[in-house]
Amino acid sequence: MTTRYTFGGDEHIFVECSEEMSLEAFFKGMSITTALRNAKIKGVTEICPANASFQVRFNPDIIAPDEMMRQLKALEAVAQSAPSTLNTRIIEVPVYYNDPWTHETGQRFRERHQDPTSTDIEYTARINNLDGIDGFIKAHSGAPWFVSMVGFVAGLPFLYQMVDRDRQIQSPKYLRPRTDTPRLTVGHGGCFACIYSVRGAGGYQMFGITPMPIYDPNQTTSYLRDFMCLFKPGDIVKWKPIGREEYDHTVAEVDAGRWQPRIAPVTFSLEEFAKDIDGTNARVMEALNGH
Amino acid sequence: MAINVLKPGLSTTVQDLGRPGYYHIGIPTSGGMDTLSLAAANLLVGNDAGAAVLEAVFMGPELEFTQDAMVAVTGADLPPKVDGQEQPCWTAFKVKKGQVLSFGFLKKGARGYIAVSGGIDVPVVLGSRSTYTLGALGGFEGRKLAAGDVLPVGAGALVAEGRSVAEALRRAPGAPAELRMLPGLYWHRITEHAGKTFFEDTWKVAPEADRIGYRFKAGRPLDFVPRTPPFGAGSDPSNIVDACYPYGSVQVPSGTEPIVLHRDAVSGGGYMMIGTVVSADMDLIGQLQPHTPTKFVKVTMEQALTARADRSKTLEAIAKSLA
Repeated sequence: MTTRYTFGGDEHIFVECSEEMSLEAFFKGMSITTALRNAKIKGVTEICPANASFQVRFNPDIIAPDEMMRQLKALEAVAQSAPSTLNTRIIEVPVYYNDPWTHETGQRFRERHQDPTSTDIEYTARINNLDGIDGFIKAHSGAPWFVSMVGFVAGLPFLYQMVDRDRQIQSPKYLRPRTDTPRLTVGHGGCFACIYSVRGAGGYQMFGITPMPIYDPNQTTSYLRDFMCLFKPGDIVKWKPIGREEYDHTVAEVDAGRWQPRIAPVTFSLEEFAKDIDGTNARVMEALNGH
Repeated sequence: MAINVLKPGLSTTVQDLGRPGYYHIGIPTSGGMDTLSLAAANLLVGNDAGAAVLEAVFMGPELEFTQDAMVAVTGADLPPKVDGQEQPCWTAFKVKKGQVLSFGFLKKGARGYIAVSGGIDVPVVLGSRSTYTLGALGGFEGRKLAAGDVLPVGAGALVAEGRSVAEALRRAPGAPAELRMLPGLYWHRITEHAGKTFFEDTWKVAPEADRIGYRFKAGRPLDFVPRTPPFGAGSDPSNIVDACYPYGSVQVPSGTEPIVLHRDAVSGGGYMMIGTVVSADMDLIGQLQPHTPTKFVKVTMEQALTARADRSKTLEAIAKSLA
C-alpha cells in the first residue's frame, strides 16, 4: 500500500492511500488526517478524509505548496506508529427495505438499469447469490457498516460493510444515472452503501428507505439541533429492518420532534477486527443493547 | 431597508465569498463564481469586499427599492436600468426609494454581480450568507429568488455616484477562453496521446454548466492506460474508489466530456480527475456562456502561483482606486 501524493492545483494536495478500498487504507488516511489536524499547520484550511484517500486544502499565500507537501509527507511517518484504534459510536438506522417509494422510482427509470425486468433489490440479491429479498435483507443488516466518507452532497455517508471481502455485497451503478432519488434512500454502488441525504440525481441501486433524517439545514429535527449533519467519518452503522407500520410511526415521531436515534459509544480496533471479524462485530453491536 | 423582487431573473442567488470549512461533510464553499467581480461590485458601493450580493445568471432580475441605495453591477455585461434609464456597468449609481432596477439583454459574460450599499442581509449560516441550493442552505431560504420575495438589506452609507473600475482592471475570458490547468491527480490514467490531444483540442462549453460544475464537449475522447479495476472502484476505466474532488478539478467520466467542478461542487465521487484549473482562473469559468470555445492550457505550479499573484494584484489595484 504505497501512498501517492499529488497537487490539485495551487490550493489542494490529494493523497491516495491505496488504489483499492480496504479498511486499512481508510485507517491510514484517518491517522494522517488526525496527525495533520493536531499539527495545526498555519495555512491549512480544510481536511477532507475519504474512503481510501484524503484531501487537504491550503492557502498558498500563507504556506508554499512545496513546504505544505514536505510537512504532510513528514506526518505519514508519525501517523504510521499510531495505533489503529478509534473511539467512535454506533448508530442504529431503521430501514424499510423494499419500500413502495424507491420501488416506484426504480420502475420509472427501469430502462436505465442492467435488469429492466426485476427490481434493484432482487437483482442485487441474485448477482450476490443471496436467497431472494429475505436473504438479501439478512446479509445487508446482519453485520455493521463503517462510515468511510461523508460527502458528494451535504451529509451523505458512504458505508463500507464490515465483513470479509468475499462476503461483501457488490453491485454496479445504474447504466445511466437517474435524475431522481427519494430523500433518505438507502443505496448501493460498487462495494459502498450510502444514504441519500437530499432528494436528487443518483446512480446507486435502491434497496429501501430510512424514516430518520440525516441532514436538516433548518435544524428543527430533535437530534440535529447542534449540527445539521448526523454522520462523521469513522461512525459505525447498524441497519435495523422495519416494516411499514414502524416506518410510519417513526416518521410521525420525527415530525413531532420526539424521536431519538439509538447511539452508543464504542471502541473499534483494526487489529482486533482483522483477527476476529465476527467477534468484533458482535461486541460492537452489543453496545447498542447496553441502553 | 428592503428590496422587493418583482421578477427573479433566470437563476438569481445571494452569494458572498463563500462558506469554507465544511467540505469534509459534503457542504461546498459556495459563494460567487467570479469572486473578483463580486468583490469589485462591493467596493464600488462602499461595502466590504465580502458583503453578500446578488449573482444573476444570463438574465437580470427586476427589483424595487424601498429606500435610497447605491448599486453597482460587475462581471457580465448585463446593462442595468433605473426606471428604464440605462446605467453603465462597473460603475456606482444611485437607486432612489420607489425606483425599479431592471436589466437589458446580456451582451457578454454569463454572471452579473449586483451589489447594494449595506449588502444583502440574509441570515449568516455556517459563517456565510451564500446560497447552496442543492442543500437548501443559506442565502434567501436556501433557494434562488422568486417573484414576491422581500430581500433585507443592511445599513450602508451612500458613496459618491460615478465611481468606476478602470477597463484595464476588468478581467474577462478571451476568445477562445483559456483556462490554465495544472496536470495531476489521476493524470497517469490517460495515455500520452490523450494527454496531448486534451490540450490541443478546442472544447466547447456544454449546456450542462452551472454552479456545481462546467461540462465541456467537442474535443477528442481520452484513451486510458489499461488496468485491472482496483477493488471498490467500478469497472469503467475512468472509475476510482470514491474520493474527494478539489475545487477546479477536471474529471472526465468515461473519457468523453471533461467537467470542471466549481463553487457548489459535489465534494467527492468515483471519477478520475486529470488535473485542476488554477485558482486564478476560477473567476473566468463563471463568465463562460454555453458553446464558448475553450482551451485548457498546461501550466506548472510556478506559473499557477504567478497567476494567483497577478489576480491578487488586480484586486488590490481595484481596491486602491476606490479607496
